[in-house]
Amino acid sequence: MLDKNGIAKRIAKEVKNGYYVNLGIGIPTLVANFVRDDIEVEFQSENGVLGMGPFPYEGEEDADIINAGKQTITTLPGASFFDSAMSFGMIRGQHVDLTILGAMEVAENGDIANWKIPGKMVKGMGGAMDLVASAENIIVAMMHTNRAGESKLLKRCSLPLTGVGCVKKIVTNLAVIEVTPKGFKLLERAPGVSVEEIVKATEGELIIEGEIPEMDV
Amino acid sequence: MINKKVANITEALEGVKDNMTCMFGGFGLSGIPENAIAELVKRNIKGLTCISNNAGVDDFGLGLLLHQKQIKKMVSSYVGENDEFERQMLSGELDVELIPQGTLAERCRAAQAGFPAIYTPAGYGTEVAEGKETREFDGKMYVLEHAFKADFAFIKAWKGDAAGNLIFKGTARNFNPVMCGAAKITVVEVEELVPVGELDPNQIHIPGIFVQRIFQGETYEKRIEQLTVRQRA
Repeated sequence: MLDKNGIAKRIAKEVKNGYYVNLGIGIPTLVANFVRDDIEVEFQSENGVLGMGPFPYEGEEDADIINAGKQTITTLPGASFFDSAMSFGMIRGQHVDLTILGAMEVAENGDIANWKIPGKMVKGMGGAMDLVASAENIIVAMMHTNRAGESKLLKRCSLPLTGVGCVKKIVTNLAVIEVTPKGFKLLERAPGVSVEEIVKATEGELIIEGEIPEMDV
Repeated sequence: MINKKVANITEALEGVKDNMTCMFGGFGLSGIPENAIAELVKRNIKGLTCISNNAGVDDFGLGLLLHQKQIKKMVSSYVGENDEFERQMLSGELDVELIPQGTLAERCRAAQAGFPAIYTPAGYGTEVAEGKETREFDGKMYVLEHAFKADFAFIKAWKGDAAGNLIFKGTARNFNPVMCGAAKITVVEVEELVPVGELDPNQIHIPGIFVQRIFQGETYEKRIEQLTVRQRA
């Protein structure tokens, strides 16, 4: 079974040379730590920066340079700043190659819910609805089950949707799963996790074809 | 040169009345019009509809207006950092319209650029699209979203001149440029008001035509919401 860093490490392998990548808050943010040095990528933050670097050293932080999680950041050589309309133009216009974000629920048909729990949590969708409505290549990073032990990979989402039919791939602490027109397809198992354990933790139908390899992380 | 400079904050906010709709630049606490917010608090203008990506924190930014119950309605994309906001929303005192961040930006830009509405794929199939016109283009579904109509836009820029030309800094740019000229009156506060002619015309982010009033902000706290640093090796 993977921890959060393990999930991020596995997703980092999906990041290809020359990609512009948008990372969501939480596990997705960790992905930047595991991208190989010989791969050239630029990270976009939807509040208006391309070419995000690591967090600043103490004392070097700048209130005018933050990421979408409102954290202080630095920029790398070649970085650029832009306004919110241009930022979402990059996203909506499909210039960003890969979007990695967290989710509360994902359904067999690629629907995603990650912004609202009626009566409990209503913080808003931020840029998530724009991202999932437009991105061609969306990977969800999340734990396979919620804190109550219930599956987050469902036949149908129960929470208010963020987007419909948009998720292409899911990487969890247990598995790598592709969302196909026929439903969830199991691609890889996390180290030490059996196919049976994954089936048990998945409410939606899981397509299993042949031998399922263990992840290389 | 058409002079947009006003003497002080009092002049800058002349004509602001109860129940108006106002835009506020900023993302989180970065690039917010601190001086304009302080003046609205001081004047205790009530019943405001605020178009702003976020709602500040409990004791800073738009949170200061919420604290005095000056806001009737918030139009935002994310409001997660504010307990008083949550309390007023859940008790029904505060009306809240949550919309996708890119849609918020584009509804500002549409108002700035003279489009009555735009089609966006964001929110299609979700509760955000309920009751709205949808349309298919090239096999994909889009939602019709209307341009905002606002009385005032309160903007924070880094540098500006009396002609109203503006330059922003870093990610404090965010919604500020798209809100310039998107309301009947655009009021800009700057950290540095420089003499006309000093800003290189090649480097201007927003030309003065979108600005009605500009003034030098008195002080800036520029609070950091999530200070995140790394250790030196």
